[in-house]
Amino acid sequence: MSSMSLAGIAIAMPEIYLLGAISLLLLVDLFLPERLRQVTYIGALGTLVLTAYVVALSAGSFGGREYGLSGMYVRDDLARLLKLVTCATVAATFLYGRDYLIARGLFKGEFFVISLLAVLGIFVMASAGSLLTMYLGIEILALSQYTLVAFDRESPVAAESAMKYFVLGAIASGMILYGISIIYGVTGTFSLGELSVGVTADLVHNVGLLFGVAFLLAGIAFKFGAVPFHMWVPDVYHGAPTAVTLFLGAAPKLAYFALIFRVLAQGLGGMSGAWDGMVTVLALLSIGLGSLVGLSQTNIKRLLAYSTIANVGFVLLGIGAGTPDGYRAALFYTITYVLMALGSFATIILLSRKGFESDRIDDFKGLARSSPWFAWMMLFLMMSTAGIPPFVGFFSKLYVLQAVVGAGHPWVAGIALVFSVIAAFYYLKIVKVMFFDEPETDAVVSGGPALRFLLSLNALATLALGFTSTALLAAIAHTIR
Amino acid sequence: MIGLPHYLTLAGIVFSIAVAGIFLNRKNVIVLLMCIELMLLAVNFNFVAFSHFLGDLSGQVFVFFILTVAAAEAAIGLAILVVLFRERRSIDVEELDTMRG
Repeated sequence: MSSMSLAGIAIAMPEIYLLGAISLLLLVDLFLPERLRQVTYIGALGTLVLTAYVVALSAGSFGGREYGLSGMYVRDDLARLLKLVTCATVAATFLYGRDYLIARGLFKGEFFVISLLAVLGIFVMASAGSLLTMYLGIEILALSQYTLVAFDRESPVAAESAMKYFVLGAIASGMILYGISIIYGVTGTFSLGELSVGVTADLVHNVGLLFGVAFLLAGIAFKFGAVPFHMWVPDVYHGAPTAVTLFLGAAPKLAYFALIFRVLAQGLGGMSGAWDGMVTVLALLSIGLGSLVGLSQTNIKRLLAYSTIANVGFVLLGIGAGTPDGYRAALFYTITYVLMALGSFATIILLSRKGFESDRIDDFKGLARSSPWFAWMMLFLMMSTAGIPPFVGFFSKLYVLQAVVGAGHPWVAGIALVFSVIAAFYYLKIVKVMFFDEPETDAVVSGGPALRFLLSLNALATLALGFTSTALLAAIAHTIR
Repeated sequence: MIGLPHYLTLAGIVFSIAVAGIFLNRKNVIVLLMCIELMLLAVNFNFVAFSHFLGDLSGQVFVFFILTVAAAEAAIGLAILVVLFRERRSIDVEELDTMRG
């Protein structure tokens, strides 16, 4: 037990700093006249940059894992990596979303403050050392997300999708809590560190513990949007303003990776024989349904939602392998997927303007004619998400499948491979629509130079990272031992 | 003598009622919010019972956090409900189906 001295609190320095900055931003925003709203925007971006700096500064001993606040909080390379990627992702979300929000009268301080609170939730989850901290992180993130979805009060569908998200998310929280309570009853502890020592392979057949883990896993699958708990994903992605969809589709995935990795792989890693089968089944169902149902979508936000379901399946597949290689592949997959999701949703924002959402696939018709550069950028993103070499998406799928084969389940990898070939069809359909169809609307690329530059950078990164994927994997691999 | 199994059974029954309430209710969104609340309270029963019989206080500390989060959750749920009602003039569950696919 570490003492509650100032030195013990220092382990949560990035979170303390972030919370302080959020409070300040909220206060400043309150007194700003409407025309100075940019100040909040700049302040939010500055907060992310400074928070990332504090995270990097709090490096301490590289490689080691430090516990603080009576073991409730952990600081290690994984937490640091996830926090830095989160800061970068959310900063990109703000930059992408700015023009969209201004055009719809949604450029309010609340958007940035609530988004930053969600970042705080992600941070807490990334550093959770106990089931209690993890639960609080989940709730900070989830409550911010519900609010963000309902953010556009004029929209006819936003409130409905927010309500669905809220009810299903609350059920997920209830299930996670029920699972935690059973695990606590059997083991007598919330600490993930103590669980990782106390839960060993001979508990694999403990019925009580299995019951708790099953509930916990169902709740986690809900949060991830894995089949059969995926019903909310298409509706929420469709109903939320695109800038919010961009947020939901990217950064929280990093937090959910932290959730499943810290709780299952680290805390309950000793009984991995009990849960790896369940996770693999969830993964295959997600890949299968995400690939098949995506084929029939006409709305690109819904299509990307089903794409998310399929991609989440691959993350779970890596976790379900139950080996360090599998966890590394899942982390690599999560980070590269976040990059691709950011780019894909940003393309929708790029084509949208006031009164026109451009969220139908038909709105992309003939994009190659009106704006060949961005048609190529979208092509890069779609090819990468489909998993076509030499883009980074190919390597992320490859590493996951390698890990699954390495864990001794070649047939699982086979099924995943077949479905990802099917899914490639709908990504290529968007490419076909952009390059070979006559334009239906006079869709022109809108969006400022910052958006254009960042989107180009984002799409080119999927190509560049494809060539340096081995180095990237090596850089990520050391965070998981 | 009332033992741990009794508490767990009660919590299990309350939890089941809450889940059944969410999936069977086709009428009113407020009932959904009540069911969610019931679900969290059932979990609290579990925590307090385990905490007592394990002789470990941390389970009861967890309950305080759940109660706090439940309050925040109810506030946000009701806020979303107000937005929904302004938009639809109704809080009927069956009308929450404008999106399909």
